[in-house]
Amino acid sequence: MPSKLASLIEQHESELLDEWLEHQKRALGSAAQRISDGQMRTASQRLLGALRMTLQAHGPEAAAKDPALLQVLDAVSHERVAQGFSPSETAVFVFSLKEALYDRLQKEFGNDAAAFSKETWDVTRLLDNMGLYTFETYQKSRDDIIRRQQQELLELSTPVMELWDGILALPLIGTLDSGRTQIVMQNLLDAVVAKNADLAIIDITGVPTVDTLVAQHLLKTVSAARLMGTDCIISGIRPQIAQTIIHLGVELQGVVTKASLSGAFAYALEHRKMSIVKNSGIAT
Amino acid sequence: MPPSIISETVKNQAVKLNAASDVVMIRQAVRALAVEIGMNLVDQTKIITAASELARNAVIHGGGGDATLEIVRDAANRLGLRLSFEDRGPGIADIQRAMTDGYTTGTGLGLGLGGARRLSSEFHIQSAPEQGTKVTILKWKG
Amino acid sequence: MDRIPILKMGECLLVSIQVDMDDDLALALRDSLTSRIVQDKARGVLIDISSLDIVDSFIGRMLANIAAMAKILDAQTVLVGMRPSVAMTLVELGLSLPGIQTALNVDRGLKLLHCSPQGESSAAKHH
Repeated sequence: MPSKLASLIEQHESELLDEWLEHQKRALGSAAQRISDGQMRTASQRLLGALRMTLQAHGPEAAAKDPALLQVLDAVSHERVAQGFSPSETAVFVFSLKEALYDRLQKEFGNDAAAFSKETWDVTRLLDNMGLYTFETYQKSRDDIIRRQQQELLELSTPVMELWDGILALPLIGTLDSGRTQIVMQNLLDAVVAKNADLAIIDITGVPTVDTLVAQHLLKTVSAARLMGTDCIISGIRPQIAQTIIHLGVELQGVVTKASLSGAFAYALEHRKMSIVKNSGIAT
Repeated sequence: MPPSIISETVKNQAVKLNAASDVVMIRQAVRALAVEIGMNLVDQTKIITAASELARNAVIHGGGGDATLEIVRDAANRLGLRLSFEDRGPGIADIQRAMTDGYTTGTGLGLGLGGARRLSSEFHIQSAPEQGTKVTILKWKG
Repeated sequence: MDRIPILKMGECLLVSIQVDMDDDLALALRDSLTSRIVQDKARGVLIDISSLDIVDSFIGRMLANIAAMAKILDAQTVLVGMRPSVAMTLVELGLSLPGIQTALNVDRGLKLLHCSPQGESSAAKHH
């Protein structure tokens, strides 16, 4: 059964596109500035084309489930999220096509009340489904972006540096919860492999408090490094932290601790039978 | 923590647990599913290890049973693995005690159940004397 | 059944576990290693697990057993090449293998054991 809607779009594709773009701009208002006319036209043209092909192939009933059409909607939603459009502004993209199509249907079927109401009903249902889909995809792509940013932020905040050949330093800043411990551990252990390091200094100068849980996380990191064959020193233990550790009865079993990073570094060099000597100026 | 609401089972696979070699098969099957949903390497290793512990429990203490491995999706479109291990063994009278590290009736270190719980996002155990044991674990991707 | 090859290198035994072991194979490895320590009068045992993508509590316990038994037989055991993801999982599992010496790779492990590939270093010391 040939879809009336499909042939309608086919016959008037370019006028429809212009009318739709008008509706979009009006609905978006000042938000329309976030996107160039060209971008808006390309996106609209693609969707209209996909819609026509879907209608020709599957009719209005099944159109809203056609993967080819959904793919175009996905792409548009992702683009709009990246451009900073709100969910409703993104939905406007689809819903404004309803207005354009409605005008077109009125011109075409204005005299045939039965056909007009049937086609209008089809258009409404189809575009509502498409709009809802766009909305959902928008939400999903925004969730993805947030998740990715959180991950990136965590990774950014835990650098691992090579202090000396085979000696790594891991300055921890901020609180250490179980999620962060995972990332810290992973960064440290990956660096251990990459740098072939047999000693790592974990500096906790920037950790505000050390309670039983934080200590547990630190010990897990130390244990995991040891399982791979790398020893750890914990440095940067401020007086208050030393007090809390004792007060809470936290056991740092067998872990070498130093008050400062420089102390830990000196220990590490000594451990390797190395020392730093002042050049007294005898050599030229 | 209330259990997550699963909105869809994307894939479902049943594996028999009868012999020690089935434990290796479970590890390989779980790895394949974890790779399929793009789980990161550390989470992959954790869920495979947890599955290995539970499959061995079912084979050794439960006298064999069945495993169900599923790829699931929640309402927020997150993918995860849900693994159930069901045996027809003597069951566990005191689950609380069985979950404690170091508790063992067999030859293991007694880290099986507690360890599997720590390696998973969610853990559920159902057991009674003479009624077998069913353990379900879930791990979300990312 | 597969067997895991045990190589002799000087006064040390070298095992590289390359297959996903089932429990029987793990036990067989423990048994053959302990007999080889006696048979070859080995002073050191190096176990390379860089190919293993998981170590569960059974395999972990087997490794700890090997180290403990080797110690009674006066041989030192070094476990080398554990992957980061495996180390993180073992710690979460509650298995930190305190009785086992570890090293990053085979080279470092051999240095710890004072084993040279030709087995000459210990012989040279006697001159």
